[in-house]
Amino acid sequence: MLTRSEPAAAARRETGSEVTIRLENISVRYRVSHERMGTFKEYIIRVLQRRVNHDEFWALRDVNLEVRKGEVFGIVGRNGAGKSTLLKVVARVLRPTTGRVWVRGRIAPLLEFGAGFHPELTGRENVFLNGTLLGFSHRQMGEKFQRIVDFAELGEFIDAPLRTYSSGMQARLGFAIATDVKPDVLIVDEVLAVGDEAFQRKSAARMEEFREQGATVLLVSHNTATVKKMCQRAVWLNHGVVRALGTAEEVAARYHEASV
Amino acid sequence: MVFDALRYAWRAAEPDVYDSASRPAAALEELVELVRYRDLVGQLVRRDIVTRYKRSALGIAWTMLNPLGMMLVLTVAFSQLFSATHAYAAYLLIGIVAWSFFSQTTMAAMRNMVWGGGLIQRIYIPKTVFAVSAIGTGLVNLLLSMVPLAIVIVATGLPLRPTVLLLPMAFVLLACFALGMGLLLSTMAAYFPDVAEMYEIALQAWFYLTPIIYPEDIIPEPLRFWLFNLNPMYYFIRLFRQALYYDVWPAPERLAIAVAVALIALVIGWVAFTRKADEFAYQI
Repeated sequence: MLTRSEPAAAARRETGSEVTIRLENISVRYRVSHERMGTFKEYIIRVLQRRVNHDEFWALRDVNLEVRKGEVFGIVGRNGAGKSTLLKVVARVLRPTTGRVWVRGRIAPLLEFGAGFHPELTGRENVFLNGTLLGFSHRQMGEKFQRIVDFAELGEFIDAPLRTYSSGMQARLGFAIATDVKPDVLIVDEVLAVGDEAFQRKSAARMEEFREQGATVLLVSHNTATVKKMCQRAVWLNHGVVRALGTAEEVAARYHEASV
Repeated sequence: MVFDALRYAWRAAEPDVYDSASRPAAALEELVELVRYRDLVGQLVRRDIVTRYKRSALGIAWTMLNPLGMMLVLTVAFSQLFSATHAYAAYLLIGIVAWSFFSQTTMAAMRNMVWGGGLIQRIYIPKTVFAVSAIGTGLVNLLLSMVPLAIVIVATGLPLRPTVLLLPMAFVLLACFALGMGLLLSTMAAYFPDVAEMYEIALQAWFYLTPIIYPEDIIPEPLRFWLFNLNPMYYFIRLFRQALYYDVWPAPERLAIAVAVALIALVIGWVAFTRKADEFAYQI
């Protein structure tokens, strides 16, 4: 519901143009219910028996942070600490249970490439399908098409069905579609490894290029060395709660201390 | 409400800012986003049609041959029994075509939603695109099946009457009803995987309870109220038949019921789906 009159404009005025991502008191609750495993039939029976229980699980609790434009911001924490939930909240995939998320600009969905590819369609058809999944119009994809094919180095293979592609070719195509236009927010998961070594260098170069052009980068990592090397600031999440927020050096040091 | 939607639409035109605190009612937000993602709906329809026929020699002709084959089998089986029914083959095929549209699109809406489950955990998409594109694919198939239907109508000697002008309306009303049902079923299927199977069984029963194979008048008078008046599909199938088979214009109150049933189903489906849509990324 719209309760505030112009929240986006207000937020802009409050924060200036500097802030790209702002999370205010963000909490995300997962409801792990016993019925989730079960079936509709079971559910009805349980409702009739008045035995509907939910186990609640807070993936994020009262997270407050701001990421500024052009910043490389690290997110560290152990598995299940809420790192990917945080990314999903920023990427509009998950609606926070409470709190407010505010993001300016286009977010590149780097969680996984080519998730919407169809094996029977040609590369060309998949470019248009995938592009529209990412929110581009058909016409925009027409303009981007040649650049995408060139970057993915597919040549005449673009008119062959996707099932004939190697996994490297598919990954290249997915990456080329997702990053053809400079995103304002780039999400980089360290487990991300695309294609062969040469293409990895090429994609790393493209991410670096985006960063230099002022894109904001969210970097998720287990590795404190990477965070110290690449990030200016970072947050340490533990069981959904912010344990430390500050310069990458400090946060990495505290996280390292605690995990030893 | 309308003002909120317009303001939201205006802001959505600047896809620059995402603010979770600034949203209109979920049902309106979804509508605006669906319009913004209309090209995705087109691509999904295209994908469904292209992939279904890509590797078959007869290609798109299957869409026309499928209902025709079913009609042939049923005509052979039942034409003796229902020999009193004038142009039985045409009567039957009209019912089959309308019913197939409904059963296929509602099943496809659920299937698409499950297919999209992996996607909606990774990127934002308005989740109604899955049901809407299922309807779009169904409408393309429905239009194609008008070709064999026209042939059968001509072959059985039925004249084309001005009531044929009702046909676009019958399409739209049935599509609205199917979309509403598809959204409602998808909402349930997001939580319970067995809904699709249970629905398949229900569809089977529903098919036989609707006068598709048999003429309406074989049902005894006292049962007709229960079988016909309380069966939403009856109104739509009858509208199809009034356009192509019977030589009568629908009574205004019957037409009003069909319109009301279609719109009520659509609104309930849309509101239920969009209220729960935020949770799908947690569920599927």
